[in-house]
Amino acid sequence: MNAATLFGICGAALAGLGLFGLITNSEPLRKILAFNLLGTGTFLIFGVVARRGAAAGLGGDPVPQALVITGIVVAFSATAMAVVLLLRLFEESGKATLDPNEADGASTAEDDS
Amino acid sequence: MRLALDIFTALAVAGGAFFFLAGTVGLLRFRDTLTRLHALTKADNLGLGLVTLGLLPLVAWPLGALKLISVWLFVQLSGAIATQLIARLVRREDPQA
Amino acid sequence: MSMANAFDVALVALLLAIAVWVVVARAAFSAIVVFIAYGLLVAIAWVRLFAVDVALTEAAIGSGLTGMLLLGAAARLRGTTASGRCGLTLRIVAAMFCAMISLGLGAVILTPPDVVVTLAPAAMANLPPSGLGNPVAGVLFVYRAFDTLLEKVVLLLALLGVWSLTPDRLWGGVPGPQVDAGPDGMLAFLAQLLPPLGIVVAVYMTWTGADHPGGAFQGGTVLAAMWIVVIIAGLQNAPSIDQRLVRFLVVVGPAIFLGIGLAGFALADGFLSYPAGYAKPLIIVVEVALTLSIGVTLGLVALGTPQRMRRQ
Repeated sequence: MNAATLFGICGAALAGLGLFGLITNSEPLRKILAFNLLGTGTFLIFGVVARRGAAAGLGGDPVPQALVITGIVVAFSATAMAVVLLLRLFEESGKATLDPNEADGASTAEDDS
Repeated sequence: MRLALDIFTALAVAGGAFFFLAGTVGLLRFRDTLTRLHALTKADNLGLGLVTLGLLPLVAWPLGALKLISVWLFVQLSGAIATQLIARLVRREDPQA
Repeated sequence: MSMANAFDVALVALLLAIAVWVVVARAAFSAIVVFIAYGLLVAIAWVRLFAVDVALTEAAIGSGLTGMLLLGAAARLRGTTASGRCGLTLRIVAAMFCAMISLGLGAVILTPPDVVVTLAPAAMANLPPSGLGNPVAGVLFVYRAFDTLLEKVVLLLALLGVWSLTPDRLWGGVPGPQVDAGPDGMLAFLAQLLPPLGIVVAVYMTWTGADHPGGAFQGGTVLAAMWIVVIIAGLQNAPSIDQRLVRFLVVVGPAIFLGIGLAGFALADGFLSYPAGYAKPLIIVVEVALTLSIGVTLGLVALGTPQRMRRQ
């Protein structure tokens, strides 16, 4: 088994772990962490596709590599939006939870619309 | 000449790895934060320094060597600042530590 | 097993162990710190896959900026307890579902196609007219320049999304918390020593991206990091979000990129194609503008929504 296949299997396992964390963790911040885990695992699978396309003197196919760079930046943008939404939810309701039964403690802050 | 340089690289990197190991053992086994910080700085300074020294024969001279050494200096700077910040926080929270 | 294979196996084992730690850790703070270490190990994995540009991006944005963002959020959310763990049935079902997905992906990896379809020869063959030496830069700025333009616009939209969550009373305010660090503190020392060196490193990374691994995104991230160091050390205030200079810097990168792209209709074959002989200078202009914009945008996204009004 060469290095590329090994990292591909690692990426598949990381994607599964990340998805498990996303589904089962109840805190939103931990869900965002698990989402990032899922993302890096998926990018590693792309990296294996790139490595297998090594030709013309290069170490890997540059097109999937450029796609992964774009993907990392977009994943960061999504994470930033998610974190800011979570912080805003915390400011409004005083709790950082997505469970509607828990979040019925009313906000005592002023009316921020 | 090549063989002598390769032996030098192997010895220096092995020495650096030993200091990293020592730093990690210190991190796990020492009892309070200040002594753990002390162990970690050994890994940062000596360990990385030896690894950098060992890698110097393998890179293009002078620019590659300059880049490697500047990496070591940056790590030392950030490690020193972080150590100072953590130590001051520990000293503020628990003056007897 | 050769040394390289032994290293790869050890790296993969460490990656999986750390990923499990991130998922099951009790405290959010330790999970995030371990996640930052995980990101750096993934960057090493990228180097092993011969994708150094991606390794730089992952270390800078995926591990560094994301970790910083999450640590700041964890600090503000300290004290909110988890609302109870999920039931055992849900965890078992989720584990089986995720295991099936992992096995499916693993099966795809383990059955590679007989004929590998690769664009590497085409990428290398068409590189000389553009004057670039780095094929990834060629893909980002010549072959798939449209994707890079839209990626920059996605960053801009994320910034607009972050700003749009400002409460009405704080609109036009200053993002980031109030900093009390004194001018003699350690952070002030770092903020005086590091940014000049960091800016040189950022410029170098952007400039060398044309022929070696590097590029606008990596250099822009280092610029953003230097700006954030200066702000959190209290040496300079974060700008309020209604300042014209801030908004101009955020927009100048994608605007120049879009302008050059539209000029391609008149001067070359179409949208985002460069006129012959002028490709390298135009790409350099785009990269410089993009680095500046990316630095300012990433810094502002990392600072978050405005927290206080600017003192008049």
